Amino acid sequence: MASSKHKNTKRIEGLDKNVWVAFTSLAADPSVVNLGQGYPDIPPPIYIKEGLAQAAMVDKLNQYTRSFGHPPLVKALAQVYGKVHGRQIDPFKEVLVTVGGYGSLFSTMQGLVEEGDEVIIIEPFFDCYVPMVRMAGAKPVLIPLRLKSGTKKNISSADWVLDQDELASKFNSKTKAIIINTPNNPLGKIFTRDELQVIADLCIKHDTLCVSDEVYEWLIFKGHEHVKIATLPGMWDRTITIGSAGKTFSVTGWKLGWSVGPEHLIKHLQTVMQNSLYTCPTPLQEAVAQGLLKNYELMGQPDCYFSSLATELEVKRDRLAGILQDAGMSPIIPEGGYFMIVDVTVLNQDLSHIKDDEPYDYKFIKWMIKEKKLAAIPVTAFCGDDSKKQFEKYIRLCFIKEDSTLDAAETILKNWNRN
Amino acid sequence: MLRRLTLHGPGICWKETRTRTISQNKVVMSRKLHARRIEGIDKNIWVEFTHLAAEYKVVNLGQGFPDFPPPTFIQEAFGRAVSGDYAMHQYTRAFGHPPLVKILAKFFGRIIGRDVDPMEDFLITVGAYQALFCAFQALVDEGDEVIIIEPFFDCYYPMVKMAGGTAVYVPLRPRGICDQAQSVRSSADWVLSPEELASKFTPRTKAIVINTPNNPLGKVFQKEELQVIADLCVKHDVICISDEVYEWLTYDGNKHVKMASVSGMWERTVTIGSAGKSFSATGWKVGWAMAPAHIMKHLKTVHQNSVYHTATAAQEAVAMGFQREYDKFGTEDSYFVQLPSMLHAKRLRLAQCLESVGLQTIVPQGGYFMITDISSLKVDLNDPSTEGEPYDYRFVKWLIKEKGLATIPVSAFYSPEHRAGFENYIRFCFAKEDSTLNAAEDILRQWSKGK
Repeated sequence: MASSKHKNTKRIEGLDKNVWVAFTSLAADPSVVNLGQGYPDIPPPIYIKEGLAQAAMVDKLNQYTRSFGHPPLVKALAQVYGKVHGRQIDPFKEVLVTVGGYGSLFSTMQGLVEEGDEVIIIEPFFDCYVPMVRMAGAKPVLIPLRLKSGTKKNISSADWVLDQDELASKFNSKTKAIIINTPNNPLGKIFTRDELQVIADLCIKHDTLCVSDEVYEWLIFKGHEHVKIATLPGMWDRTITIGSAGKTFSVTGWKLGWSVGPEHLIKHLQTVMQNSLYTCPTPLQEAVAQGLLKNYELMGQPDCYFSSLATELEVKRDRLAGILQDAGMSPIIPEGGYFMIVDVTVLNQDLSHIKDDEPYDYKFIKWMIKEKKLAAIPVTAFCGDDSKKQFEKYIRLCFIKEDSTLDAAETILKNWNRN
Repeated sequence: MLRRLTLHGPGICWKETRTRTISQNKVVMSRKLHARRIEGIDKNIWVEFTHLAAEYKVVNLGQGFPDFPPPTFIQEAFGRAVSGDYAMHQYTRAFGHPPLVKILAKFFGRIIGRDVDPMEDFLITVGAYQALFCAFQALVDEGDEVIIIEPFFDCYYPMVKMAGGTAVYVPLRPRGICDQAQSVRSSADWVLSPEELASKFTPRTKAIVINTPNNPLGKVFQKEELQVIADLCVKHDVICISDEVYEWLTYDGNKHVKMASVSGMWERTVTIGSAGKSFSATGWKVGWAMAPAHIMKHLKTVHQNSVYHTATAAQEAVAMGFQREYDKFGTEDSYFVQLPSMLHAKRLRLAQCLESVGLQTIVPQGGYFMITDISSLKVDLNDPSTEGEPYDYRFVKWLIKEKGLATIPVSAFYSPEHRAGFENYIRFCFAKEDSTLNAAEDILRQWSKGK
């Protein structure tokens, strides 16, 4: 009999459910065409893999490195982001290397957020933000992006906006931080300079921190610009900017990410790091450093991976959009990132026979995986309870996939109404 | 509107004062920034001493990592994983790469004589460090007490504190205290007093942390010693967090006993292990926790809300390594036989070297480390930058700066309350190339001659 003393701690109460754990095992069946979880099935650049193989051959690179980040990597990050931010970044005090973007989010929440705090989160949001805020003992305060009125055909992620008055009303003296994600997962929205300025003004007015999750920062499609909120006046000193090697180099399985920000904030993330996992793997950090330096030299040129990947992805974006449109649906065209969300109402799938207490999109996708062998992710996983009705007909599809995967998805959708 | 100081929970929360200080073009936030949970845990000996060792050219017997390479078979396994298909570079299963959890369940199941479920009873983490973190975060609430045996691997205390728990210490003491100089020469002589240990258990005790083989002392807890702890755990319904990262490294015929194999303990033990220490590849940061499903599910919740995954290729390589070790277990070809044999020789060398220059060592039954009493050394430290620090910290820093030899001060492995009694010990790591040990020996001989 399990002892009552063996129950979970309060901090993780109610945080055991997780959409990825639930859906990745369903999609793991090799006969399923997986446009669900966000990872590429295209290979990473050859030099990145080679860099790792070479690093592992150096004896000392198989042992512990510096806790807050392998020196070659933090120096490369300071160089790349120094250029992007247009400022000198101290590699040792203003950069922290973490276990993926996820680890940076966690270090930030644990280091800077606590009971009594409120944290504003914009819906739809990458699902981990809410549990991480709750695990830190704070209250998530949600505000949805809404479709601009009057938008008719060919909706883009740019048509989803925040209501400025509504946003302002969410800030109060308890607001410790706002989390923004640009480009946004799952929508693909890239916040414009003006939109970021509105947020920045509120952060400054209310003395609030900004946690800017920019893991998809290089995946920007034509006609759009990624703006770093930390570069707006008054924002460097109150912003943690998060990046990801996994998303940058198509190596999500390397689980390396970073936080960049002012020393007086980063030092608290470093304290969390040294008391949670101490250091990240060395050979992986060495390889990422080499990859960053190589692409730093190529920045602005077409063969820089930061831009060549975006170019490659834009073609896939357009292909997937076409496939969905041919099936009668109206996908929301993302300005960045590698996801697309689409309303499946037009497919008219009656699931009333499924008696689960889950939102429509969860039921739809489970049914779709089983009956159609196509996997996606339910968009209500990315929103709070109050917004579930708004999003429950949407599913999220990942398009950083080989053409053969997209071909297979196309075949399934073309044959949807057969049998 | 001016807000008042409000009493909030156990502390006071500063919610007023919204004035912004603008100096030059910098806007500095005026509100308190950091969360209370990280208060008082910002200092870290590894951060401090690795930085120092890197700054000065040193012979490094400090931080616990080998300066010899990992075995060829594991390096080759990593190479194969890296050049494998795209899946090797993408997310794997959050709670552990299936090939790895399967072989670990088989491997350790065989050792403890039980069917261990790879999916339910295992969690792969970013080093054993993160497994410890998950255990404390999952199981220790504010107000819970956690018993820690001194000397302890330094991270246990800040992790308990960050989880809101209270650390309760119980020391290992040298047997027969009167004649320390002569009789206390082995880590086996450092023992717990069963009565003293029993007195530390209260209704608030949630867990006890044990580390066997122990860092820094090298003690290998015998079955009877573990049984005493186990009996108390069962009596008081306490969880045991058993840090066994050095489990293969036992010497002089000492056998490592897994706490989870002691009767009554499987259901209440979280066993922690390390690929870094098992395969001399500390920089890979792959570790694990093994526990019964009803406890493991809570560690999984922490893991999925903190880092979510561990790197795939490294897990694949470690899985290959364990498959090989499973097949060769107990034979001469096993790395888990060769490594302790190699380290045993190095331990002997270092002990001889230290003793030849008049230093009292405590010979460890297991692990990577040896602690040495430095009270016989009279050194004029003369370093104002270290004034006010414990003696061993000052001594170690002096040794780095003046003699180019890096070690670790042992009082770092004691609670703030008990540190004062142990400022005359320093810790050496002997998991080093012979050339490193030779260089250390040269430094010590020169120094000894010069006196």
